[in-house]
Amino acid sequence: MFKVKYFEAIRTTAVILIALVIAFLIISLVSEQPVKTIGIFLWEPLSTLGHIGNVIEMAIPLMFTGLAVSLLFRANMFNLGAEGIFYFSGVVASILAIHLTTLGGWLHPVVAILAGSLVGALLSAIPGILKAKWNANELVTSLMFNNILFGIGLYLLNYHLRDAKAFANVSFKFEETARLAKILPGTRIHTGLIIVLALIVLAHLFLYKTKWGYELRMTGINREFARYSGMKTAKVIILVHLIAGFIAGMGGSVEVLGMYNRFQWTALPGYGLDGALVAMLAKNNPLSVIASALFLAYIRIGADMMARLSDVPSEMISIIQAVIILLISAEQFLKFWKNRMLLKEAKANA
Amino acid sequence: MNSLFDVIFTTDFAFSVLRVTTPILFAALGALISNRAGIINIGMEGIMLVSALTGVIVSAYTHSAWVGLLGAALAGTLIAGILAFFTLKFKTHIILGGVAINMFASGGTVFILYLLSGDKGSSTSLASKVLPSVDIPLLKDIPVLGPILSGHHILTYFSIIAVFAVYYLLNRTPLGLRIRSVGENPHAAQSVGVSVIKIQYTALLLSGFFAGLGGAYMSMGYLSLFTRDMVAGRGWIAIAAESMGRSTTAGTALTSLLFGAADALANALQVLKIPAELIGTLPYVATVIGLLVYAVSETRKKNRKLKSPAAK
Amino acid sequence: MQNALLEMRGITKVYPNGVVANQDVQFSLREGEIHAIAGENGAGKSTLMKIMFGMEEPSDGEILIRGERVKLQSPQDAIDRGIGMVHQHFMLVPSFTVAENMVLGMEPRKGTSFNYAEAVRLTEETARKYNLAVNAKAKVEDLTVGMKQKVEILKALLRGAKILILDEPTAVLTPQETEELFHELQQLKTQGHTIVFISHKLKEVKAICDRITILRGGRSEGVFAVSEVSEQEISRLMVGRDVVLKYDKEHLSAGEAVLSVDRLNVQDSLGKALLTDISFAVQAGQIVGIAGVEGNGQTELIHALTGGLSGVLSSGAVRVAGQDILAADILAIRGLGVSYIPEDRMRQGSAGDASIADNLISIRYRSKELNKGPFLNGGKIARLAAALVEEFKVRCSGPRQPIGMLSGGNMQKVVVARECSTGPQLLIAEQPTRGVDIGAAQFIHQKLLELRGNGCATVLVSADLNEILELSDRLLVMYEGQIVACFEEPSRVSEEELGLYMLGIKRQDKLPSGRAAEHV
Repeated sequence: MFKVKYFEAIRTTAVILIALVIAFLIISLVSEQPVKTIGIFLWEPLSTLGHIGNVIEMAIPLMFTGLAVSLLFRANMFNLGAEGIFYFSGVVASILAIHLTTLGGWLHPVVAILAGSLVGALLSAIPGILKAKWNANELVTSLMFNNILFGIGLYLLNYHLRDAKAFANVSFKFEETARLAKILPGTRIHTGLIIVLALIVLAHLFLYKTKWGYELRMTGINREFARYSGMKTAKVIILVHLIAGFIAGMGGSVEVLGMYNRFQWTALPGYGLDGALVAMLAKNNPLSVIASALFLAYIRIGADMMARLSDVPSEMISIIQAVIILLISAEQFLKFWKNRMLLKEAKANA
Repeated sequence: MNSLFDVIFTTDFAFSVLRVTTPILFAALGALISNRAGIINIGMEGIMLVSALTGVIVSAYTHSAWVGLLGAALAGTLIAGILAFFTLKFKTHIILGGVAINMFASGGTVFILYLLSGDKGSSTSLASKVLPSVDIPLLKDIPVLGPILSGHHILTYFSIIAVFAVYYLLNRTPLGLRIRSVGENPHAAQSVGVSVIKIQYTALLLSGFFAGLGGAYMSMGYLSLFTRDMVAGRGWIAIAAESMGRSTTAGTALTSLLFGAADALANALQVLKIPAELIGTLPYVATVIGLLVYAVSETRKKNRKLKSPAAK
Repeated sequence: MQNALLEMRGITKVYPNGVVANQDVQFSLREGEIHAIAGENGAGKSTLMKIMFGMEEPSDGEILIRGERVKLQSPQDAIDRGIGMVHQHFMLVPSFTVAENMVLGMEPRKGTSFNYAEAVRLTEETARKYNLAVNAKAKVEDLTVGMKQKVEILKALLRGAKILILDEPTAVLTPQETEELFHELQQLKTQGHTIVFISHKLKEVKAICDRITILRGGRSEGVFAVSEVSEQEISRLMVGRDVVLKYDKEHLSAGEAVLSVDRLNVQDSLGKALLTDISFAVQAGQIVGIAGVEGNGQTELIHALTGGLSGVLSSGAVRVAGQDILAADILAIRGLGVSYIPEDRMRQGSAGDASIADNLISIRYRSKELNKGPFLNGGKIARLAAALVEEFKVRCSGPRQPIGMLSGGNMQKVVVARECSTGPQLLIAEQPTRGVDIGAAQFIHQKLLELRGNGCATVLVSADLNEILELSDRLLVMYEGQIVACFEEPSRVSEEELGLYMLGIKRQDKLPSGRAAEHV
């Protein structure tokens, strides 16, 4: 007999299965050869080292933003600003990757990434401070900030970084010294993976093993209780915004320097909002972010492969993502079942 | 500076303000209705996008712009209905639900577009229709006012009518009374048998309907085809306008007009080499400032505290 | 047996968080009676009447109206069957006028428009019919509490209610307003209405009710004709044993003043006085009780003592161990050895999704003993939590269980364990046993006395007169933001006498603190 405490795990599994079934249904409707296409979607990402590499490369930015959003959600902050920060920090890191020519060797990417992270932290603190000091709705301000940062970033790209000789709307080339090293031959997996895994472990320790993490968790569960206990909840809220902004900013910087040789985002890349999805699948647990980012990367690469090798466009994946978000945050989904279990247990105890 | 005034004080500019305000105004009125019922629909962007595509597809297959418009409005209502179903029935977080709708729309529209036209960028290969523009008799002959107010797209006039319709709905009808009661004190509404869920369903569907009209305008008026991500932030500007407008019909309409003017200005100032990207952020900056001013004044109101004389 | 107008059989309600609010409850209502449902806080009264009014669906059981089985899935179902309800927290839309509130959900129309003039007419007509005067065009946010209640009653009557459920209607009323309400209820009864009167005030039940159903711990304890049972019997059924608590307190010679409040004045932002010239002191090893009808300034006084006073104008001084804390933040106040058991354990006193252990350390997680370098000392925290769970007899599956899964009494024990285990100099205990079972309540009382023996100064604010008379060394009575009486030997004061002060009928002229000149 299932117990109530396994309920969340069962529900997450059910959501993933439903999402996959919907993917199969769409493929069946659209594709001439549905079975073959489903095969590509499921197996191709794991078929070669290169493809597995693609999955991991894709998972790196998702882990960064997923971790950042997890911490914010943990503090009960509905802040979706990781999107704009990820983008803008990428611009900042690019500027340094292009113009900072005097720094040699390993120091160049370190400086560029730290600059991007710090800018991210500062930008993220703004909605945090507005929330903590004046209770301004962090959701609305962070969403507005996404658009503001995108506008400014695009302006910087178009007016200051743009390489007129290039064919597309891209920046000048980064200095070779600025780019992150590849760590696995045959793939484009870069040192960003090590950075993000280390960050995840640190975040786990911070959240569960330190008094600051304790304050964050208590503030998130019940801010009134935290305040009553003597915690400075305003400081906690600003702190979590700083940390989340730092992580999201680092993600943008690492992604740009790890995967590209020019800055080339002319639209928001979407990783910030994907981060919300990763965080939800991970139930806001830092360590679970790894698996949930890998899963999301896996189905995305699957969709990419599918688009390349069959007749179904990769945009299908956004439909699947939408389904996952709608169901995973649906409190009532399968709740009737939990209630029945609770009723049974209560009767058994009575 | 003179050249700036040359750009702004022309009938052409005033005309273009109304032209670019239309989609913002529709979506802002939609956001207004759902917000007054106590639910914030951040899926406006996605709903507009889906409607824009639906308008193009339906008008192309039926050869009728009007049927296309109907299709677009229904599509907007339907997407809002899906959002309502999940948030009200399954208790999905409304914000995350909105995020999901936006995610669905940005990829899903391209998916459908590709299936129907083999093109992921725009709907050039679909022979879609556009809704007409109308000259208003008498008005069009008045100097200054004529060139500004006449000759607009039919949906632009609809959007102005919609402002009055929404005002009437919210303030003068039983449904409006219920919507406002649900937003202000849902328990009170529930206790007298007003179904909070039904009212919120209705409000969300209406918000989708209006966003759908805004989307239809994008692809059947503002442009004459669908292009990928063509809504380009107008849904967010609409939400910002509603927020700046303090959830009143008049405030929302005026702020929409203001943000429309900023948008038109961004287009106009490109001639003067002032970056459109930066001008484009103005509505968002204005909204953050507006929110801040409001939040600070609220906090001040609460925190007027006399220094304790004994604490000296 | 007379036929029942409304009958509830075997009602069980389990909430999604696992709380069992009603278990196999039986209730039967006769036409034309005033029927009391009595029980302590947390006995399941509110849940039962929510089910009666269609706001909650029972997990099990059935409801019959005039012998016919019905399903009440929404308030509308209940309204359609002639059931009306007056909620304790008024169900009114503040920005709407009385008339708009009256007709909400059944709006008169003119074409597609809302017919406001007709709404006003309906309101005035109903008010005349039932002899309850209201101003139809006034905004509800501007009305007095008693007036709002009238609007609520009229709302139900306008909707054709024959059965009227009133949820603790007198809790928010002045004595005069209560008198008036009783008069109105009698009048409605003679007009053929049936009234369900939810209360835990036995005198009121005695005064106007015909029959009484008693709930305890979510179960029904039986139904009685009010004239045939004594107050003692009712209270015995409500709490399960004789409510009279007796504690042997050792006599302690008073120590130094730990807390001293000096001419404390607090006003709200509109300049209305909330506290006026409050002065008193609490010595080490002393429990000072504060009695009063809810809403007479106790909340503001506690805010002032615990760093929660914000957004109001204040003057005077509150000193703990000689330091003024009126402008200090909560951390600094707690740093002086102040513990605080808050009235609302769900909203303030606990973090529901966090473990019992996490809830136990929230005021001491910074301490050296619980930290090891940059990290929390998990082993020590676990041992501390296990020891406290043991000492305070918290019934749970272990310290890692989320506190939100516990029953009210056990949750309160966790709160008390946390606040009492840090060796406080001053304890502010606000309704420390509200809504907990008698066993837990006695346990908590013992702990308070234990702290007293260790020299802790305690301020006890409670609506439970029994508790406050028995535990306090000194008793203050608050009325309209002022201290109106002070008793040095509370256990010799009768409840009746106390009541006169609490209701503002009597006040002592000479208070120990003296009356200070106007201070702004």
